[in-house]
Amino acid sequence: MTKTKLDLLVRAIGKKWLWVQAALAFAFLYLPILILIIYSFNTSRFNAVWRGFTLDWYRSLFSNTGATIATSSSAGILPALNNSLLIAAISTVLATIFGTMLALALERFHFPGRKAVEALLFLPIIMPEITIGISLLVFFTLVFRIVENLTGIRLNLGLPTVIIGHVVFNISFVTITVRARLAELDPTLEQAAFDLGANEWRTFWRITFPLIWPAIFSAALLAFTLSLDDFVVTFFTTGVGSMTLPLLVYGMIKFAVTPAINAISTLMLLASLLLVVSSLRVQKS
Amino acid sequence: MKSILPDRKSQIEHRKSYNLLLLLFPATAWLIIFFILPVLIVLLYSFLERGTYGGVTWIFTLSNYQRLFSGLFLGVIGRSLFLAFLTTVACLLVGYPLAFFIATRPPRWRNALLLLVIIPFWTNFLVRTYAWIILLRSEGVVNTALQSLQIITEPLNLLFTPFAVAIGLIYGYLPFMVLPLYSSIERFNFVLVEAAQDLGANDIRTFWRVFLPLTTRGIVAGSILVFVPTVGAFITPDILGGAKTVMVGNLIQNQFMKARDWPFGSALSMLLTVIILIPVLIYFRVSDDTQ
Repeated sequence: MTKTKLDLLVRAIGKKWLWVQAALAFAFLYLPILILIIYSFNTSRFNAVWRGFTLDWYRSLFSNTGATIATSSSAGILPALNNSLLIAAISTVLATIFGTMLALALERFHFPGRKAVEALLFLPIIMPEITIGISLLVFFTLVFRIVENLTGIRLNLGLPTVIIGHVVFNISFVTITVRARLAELDPTLEQAAFDLGANEWRTFWRITFPLIWPAIFSAALLAFTLSLDDFVVTFFTTGVGSMTLPLLVYGMIKFAVTPAINAISTLMLLASLLLVVSSLRVQKS
Repeated sequence: MKSILPDRKSQIEHRKSYNLLLLLFPATAWLIIFFILPVLIVLLYSFLERGTYGGVTWIFTLSNYQRLFSGLFLGVIGRSLFLAFLTTVACLLVGYPLAFFIATRPPRWRNALLLLVIIPFWTNFLVRTYAWIILLRSEGVVNTALQSLQIITEPLNLLFTPFAVAIGLIYGYLPFMVLPLYSSIERFNFVLVEAAQDLGANDIRTFWRVFLPLTTRGIVAGSILVFVPTVGAFITPDILGGAKTVMVGNLIQNQFMKARDWPFGSALSMLLTVIILIPVLIYFRVSDDTQ
């Protein structure tokens, strides 16, 4: 059966249309970010009209008085950045260790209840973030009240509670990433090491770890990024004096929209871009 | 020899189970204590009465769940479901051609284009949502552009509308749709297209009868990945919706942080969790059957 003219016309239009659609979709993804960056250099405070180039908004973030005005909080951007990095670092280390261990257990052992562990791992990913957030708020409030009644010690929400929450959602992502790599690994390599007399510990560090470390590293980078970016869980588990960067940005947006938010956003975009690129570099090597 | 062998084997077995417990313990204990237990406490709280100063009074009641079905809250739940559904469909309509486009490029291009989809996925959600304020507010980019082109004289009211929330959600979750679609289209065996065309099907028929059914997995996976987080969205309606476009997520936050009605907030959370778990469980059932 030969193609009719109409069929060929449909194909030609389809091909053109696919290009247009893809171009529009990429424009949709990138124009808002691009505009955000451009306006972080605009002199005008309120209007979308371009009035001239300035670095004042960036300066305002780091000068003491400027930061106070820009962020509407007595603590500026640096303490918030400090907290964010601290939370991300600790929760990443914990989640990476726990998650890698769990990945090994799930991939190298057959045991009753494996399905249950897999379900347990999957739930934090599909649960709405807000449910995780308020559950932790309710839990900590209850535990702190019990502790106070028993011992008289008053505990408060703060950096440790935020870190605990971040480890909860990060464990799953780490385990899934590392497990995928472990599944591709030839198990006879580990068996050969056993047969040659190496114990489990030695086998892991000499054979398994060198082969899966790119996966562990990119899992850690993912966890670090998710932690740095998290707003919802942090919002419900934070206390006085544990302001993070996303909380600060949220406060700024709620308080007054100024190009200072564009400036801080641009810096955060740059940081995430660096993280993606380094993650890809490691995976390729 | 015979007497030693079983002994050594049981020794190894013993050590193995010890190792397994050691590997399992930290992660599972952490998730049970800091995730399962808190969710169970919320479930319990949803059946209790509110305390005078926040917190709960230990009296069993079903009134929190009865309140969910009063008109006001039903409207919020309905709006959340509607916006999540709309977002999923829109992401599918935009995402499918995009995924198809990327998957049919030469391999060298494919990775670069895929990276362009992944980068927004790695950037801060709050920042990406904020970008739409710059675009949509009355002195924002869109209104300024339309006014200088003299299409409109007065700025349009775009920000703090359901429209703004829908756009923000589509923008936020589009990558979640494209990635699973891409992987299912990329795995598609294009010999099947040739076969269909040799048998006389034109492009449109081939797409509907061969291509679309065989990429259903990607469509379903992508739809769940978009629907699930959107129905419980909090940031987008909070920043772009204002007071008028409240979704379930905002209502929950309000009950815990402002209204101080923890039991009702807990009931809302449980409802949201059930709404999300139903499609996910159906998905696993279906994909288990087809495997």
